[in-house]
Amino acid sequence: MIAWPMAHHMRFTIHSPGAVRRLHDGGSGVVMPDPHSDKQEINRRQQTRRLFEQEVSRLMDRLYGTALRLTRNSDDAEDIVAETVSRAWTRLDQLRDPQRMEGWLFRILNNTFVSEWRRQQSRRRIEANAEDVDPAESPEAANFSLFQKLHQPFLLWWGTPEDQFLNELLQEDLQKALDTLPDAFRVAIVLVEVQGYTYDEVARLLDVPLGTVRSRLSRGRAMLQKALWEQAIEAGLVAPPPDRTPTEGKSP
Amino acid sequence: MNARRLSCEEVIEELFAYLDREVNEALSAEIDRHLEKCRDCFTRAQFERKLRAKVAETANVSAPERLQRRIKAVLERY
Repeated sequence: MIAWPMAHHMRFTIHSPGAVRRLHDGGSGVVMPDPHSDKQEINRRQQTRRLFEQEVSRLMDRLYGTALRLTRNSDDAEDIVAETVSRAWTRLDQLRDPQRMEGWLFRILNNTFVSEWRRQQSRRRIEANAEDVDPAESPEAANFSLFQKLHQPFLLWWGTPEDQFLNELLQEDLQKALDTLPDAFRVAIVLVEVQGYTYDEVARLLDVPLGTVRSRLSRGRAMLQKALWEQAIEAGLVAPPPDRTPTEGKSP
Repeated sequence: MNARRLSCEEVIEELFAYLDREVNEALSAEIDRHLEKCRDCFTRAQFERKLRAKVAETANVSAPERLQRRIKAVLERY
């Protein structure tokens, strides 16, 4: 970080030393800033800062919504967004292309979340060995498909149960189902389905092998669909399977 | 990836990777062709696509006023 005198009375701090083109005065070793270049640089910075404020304001809801899906908790989500904006603001000079500010902000948000997540895991001494197969998890649960539960092949074109199910599905139902997933699975789904990350980007962000990302997504999706199915049964949107019918199998 | 046609099981196996755009171009084109002809797989793909879109919408939440004030304070601090 360097500081140099600005017009008249102000001092302006700049984080990137490469930003100033310097003039050498014939070998004396004294380095003078180029006033024209400085002015352009300052204008550029002011524009970037204005753009930053506009972008933060435009993306605030989505930053918060994404953080909320990652953390499941509104206080934690607020902390992460505030920390993200703070970090981004202090590193604004590192952003080479202001047009890429949106992706950059979400990358900072994800990194902030992942650091906090790891810190909490190590503090709680929880080894989040998400890849260990839960002994209670049946092959049916690992491959659960909502579509297969709902689909009736003889119904075509209109009013299919799966379409009806999707129409009835509220955001609240999905949020609730997502929140039931263990962290590792939920985070993989949020990164890929909500944020559009590639598997490779998720692997790099979480520092796990690509196969782990695939497996978390596959199992996470099965868990999510199972949770939605169970919620739908609870809400009376779909009929429970026969073995859950209270009267079945009981003798009078 | 030519000549051999994909079976429905193979398409369903790759369906999520396909929707995530994580399969190569040749396989993606092969799945596209299968979905154009197979009603069952097409219906399944549509269902997963719509569900996926609904999951993506779960991040559409309004930021609380408190957070907006906090961010304003962060920006003013610098």
